[in-house]
Amino acid sequence: MIRRLLYAFGLPVVLFAVWWFASAGSVDFYRPPLSAILRAFGETWIGPRLRAEVLPSLLRLGAGYALALVLGIGLGVLVGLSPRLRVAVEPVLEFLRAIPPPVLVPVLILFAGIGDLMKVLVVVSGCVWPILLNTVEGVRAIDPVLADTCKAYGIGGVDRLRHLVLRAASPQIVTGARQALSVGIILMVISEMFAASSGLGFTVVQFQRGFQIPEMWSGVLLLGLLGVLLSGLFRLVERRVLAWYHGQR
Amino acid sequence: MIRRLLPLSGLAAFALLLEIVPRTGVVSALYLPPLHRIVGALGREARRAAFWSALGDTVQTWLLGLAIAVGAGVVAGVAVGSVPLLRAATASTVEFLRPIPSVALIPLAVLLYGTGRTATLLLVVYASFWQVLVQVLQGVTDVDPVARDTARSYGLGRLARIRWLVWPTTLPYAVTGVRLAAAVALILTVTGELVIGTPGLGKEIALAQSGGAVPEMYALIMVTGLVGVVANVVTRDAERRALAWHPAFRKEVAA
Repeated sequence: MIRRLLYAFGLPVVLFAVWWFASAGSVDFYRPPLSAILRAFGETWIGPRLRAEVLPSLLRLGAGYALALVLGIGLGVLVGLSPRLRVAVEPVLEFLRAIPPPVLVPVLILFAGIGDLMKVLVVVSGCVWPILLNTVEGVRAIDPVLADTCKAYGIGGVDRLRHLVLRAASPQIVTGARQALSVGIILMVISEMFAASSGLGFTVVQFQRGFQIPEMWSGVLLLGLLGVLLSGLFRLVERRVLAWYHGQR
Repeated sequence: MIRRLLPLSGLAAFALLLEIVPRTGVVSALYLPPLHRIVGALGREARRAAFWSALGDTVQTWLLGLAIAVGAGVVAGVAVGSVPLLRAATASTVEFLRPIPSVALIPLAVLLYGTGRTATLLLVVYASFWQVLVQVLQGVTDVDPVARDTARSYGLGRLARIRWLVWPTTLPYAVTGVRLAAAVALILTVTGELVIGTPGLGKEIALAQSGGAVPEMYALIMVTGLVGVVANVVTRDAERRALAWHPAFRKEVAA
């Protein structure tokens, strides 16, 4: 037990200590001491800013991500179930997926202005591809014996969708959803850096332009923490959803 | 024959959609010009020297970043992965650093390196390094225990074990890592150009947008998509070549 704790926390503590002491007496304007960054972190983010800047960002990310999940899984099942349709749309999907999502920010600004809608759409436009393509692959790879069994027992319609198609594709869908989450966080920040008056990305860039260096570092730290937290949360959900799958293996 | 034509028909339908939708007025032609105007803009771009140098810049930044990330990822992965103590001690740190979105580093990169290529490279390398590292780490632990014991009883040294035992086991994982990293690296290259203003396609897109040159903007976006498609095709082909001996690919050829 102690051994495991030591392994888990040993290196992070060492690195943190190195950063703390190496930067302690730093007079370099761009690399402030860690103590100053942490002080700035407390002053900047714990308080009204959490509600005003961080929460809206997370809500937009959540809305876009949820929409991408619905769209991606829905279309993915549709395309995956029809081999003809899949062959026909595959080149188009390959092309659309290959477009780096951030370049769609200028396009979406044209259509949706620079409000919340644009930012949600940016997240959707990036998150939907990994989910869609993985769903297609997952649906395609359904065990033929299971599919035949379903047919033999006369299971069709919604039951078939729920118990066979989605269940069989869920490990792949989760893989896609995990990729989409990291893309989503990136896009949440990018959309706010581009044109915005609020949000986490906007605030951090604002600090950078205003040369509020410790505050900027604290923003970078917060973004990092958010990424880690969200991926941890995702792992919890994944363990729930795929409990049957991990048990099987 | 029909199977051969289906993919083309999908592309044709998509092109037709792009041409017709703006004409019907469902969306304003100002925001989404019909396809022929986008293609025309692409033709004009192709005659500009600035376009080609931007394309060259993007590809160069992307490949350079990818090369650094792959080199560092493979070396670090093999080194850390083959020493169990090191792996156990670094696991939590890797898990913590990996999900940090690389765009969080944008303000930092700008402050430290300005708007030059180094700033974008920092993002690209940071994002794609983890993809390679995690795959290589996984590959190194996947060495067949029987093969490992055999190598030990034949008295293979450390270097020989890495060359003949660890490397062939790791290669499929590493190649997957490279394929993932190539896609991520391209995204971050264009992002860096778009947001930071490093010369390249991303910057050209930002310029076209702020100048109201909408067809040009779409043309450039299409080019980034094509670069991405080419990257996918090339990496997938390289994967098949590098792993022609691997059972997973041998089966594919036989079938």
